[in-house]
Amino acid sequence: MRAPLAALLALALLASPAAAAAPRASLPDIEDEVMCLECGTALNVSTSDVAEQERDFIAQLIAEGKTKAQIKAALVNEYGPRVLAEPQDDGFQLTAWLVPLLAALGAVALVVLVARRWRGRGRAGDAATAAAGDDPALDSDDARRLDAELAAFDR
Amino acid sequence: MRARVYWPVTIAAALLVGLLAYGLTTTGADTTLDDAMARGERVEPPARGALPKLGGTGAGSLADYRGKVVLVNVWASWCDPCRDELPLIEKAHKRLAARGGTVVGIDVKENSGAAMKAIDEFGLTFPNLRDRDGSFVRKWGQTGYPENYVIDRQGRVAAVRRFPVTQKWLDETLPPLLDEPA
Repeated sequence: MRAPLAALLALALLASPAAAAAPRASLPDIEDEVMCLECGTALNVSTSDVAEQERDFIAQLIAEGKTKAQIKAALVNEYGPRVLAEPQDDGFQLTAWLVPLLAALGAVALVVLVARRWRGRGRAGDAATAAAGDDPALDSDDARRLDAELAAFDR
Repeated sequence: MRARVYWPVTIAAALLVGLLAYGLTTTGADTTLDDAMARGERVEPPARGALPKLGGTGAGSLADYRGKVVLVNVWASWCDPCRDELPLIEKAHKRLAARGGTVVGIDVKENSGAAMKAIDEFGLTFPNLRDRDGSFVRKWGQTGYPENYVIDRQGRVAAVRRFPVTQKWLDETLPPLLDEPA
């Protein structure tokens, strides 16, 4: 009784990492990562004849027990790399990778530039205050009004 | 400070506009072939590269058929007008084959299993190449399905049909080209 139990346990231990590494593929999980080649939209929002045929192809591979990675590889083999919903790293499509990167770098440069500008202004303001002393001078009208207010307060 | 920001922002904006313009101009169909046909000229094929053979191993090219009159048929089994046209294309192939010509099919944007099913269903006997993502026929200015191009014995494009062929069009287009010397 113990030997079959131990064998079953060992089998479960061996099988569980493999199952975790390659979960069963599903059409909704793959559809949004694949393009309809004719419509230029993701497969999950396409209803064209080409999209239907691509879906049938994926469903057939799922039924054969293929993993998501294997199905995507088969799609590329049959339809070329453009079938995947990610830009290629050559030609004009390279801009899809470069533009966001350049935009992010530009945004960082802008933040640094603005921060330096504000910091410069703050320093200039502090220097002006220090040069003027702790008690900035009041003009004669303000000084008279202040004296009158203090005198009224003391009464 | 303003001058320091002005030029980088202007250059970045100009680059973005240029990128947009480039993207827009490269997405339209190429009309070079249609313009040449309208002028009555014969021109070299816009694309010559090798394509994978359908139902076979290795690659093939339209250049492999130089010396023959070639009717290039762009098709896919998911395209109903293509399916309607295929029996006529097969008939044309048999006639061409008897006179030193051939049909070469270019199956576009479909998996080979689906394409082979159509080959069996329609009993197609002409050779077929696969344009997996349609990038090859795009260079020919392709705008729809089916499309047909006729290549003369010197390997030049002599006629273009951007929609299904008719028997009348085939009868008017192919015999004069078959009569030309290799």
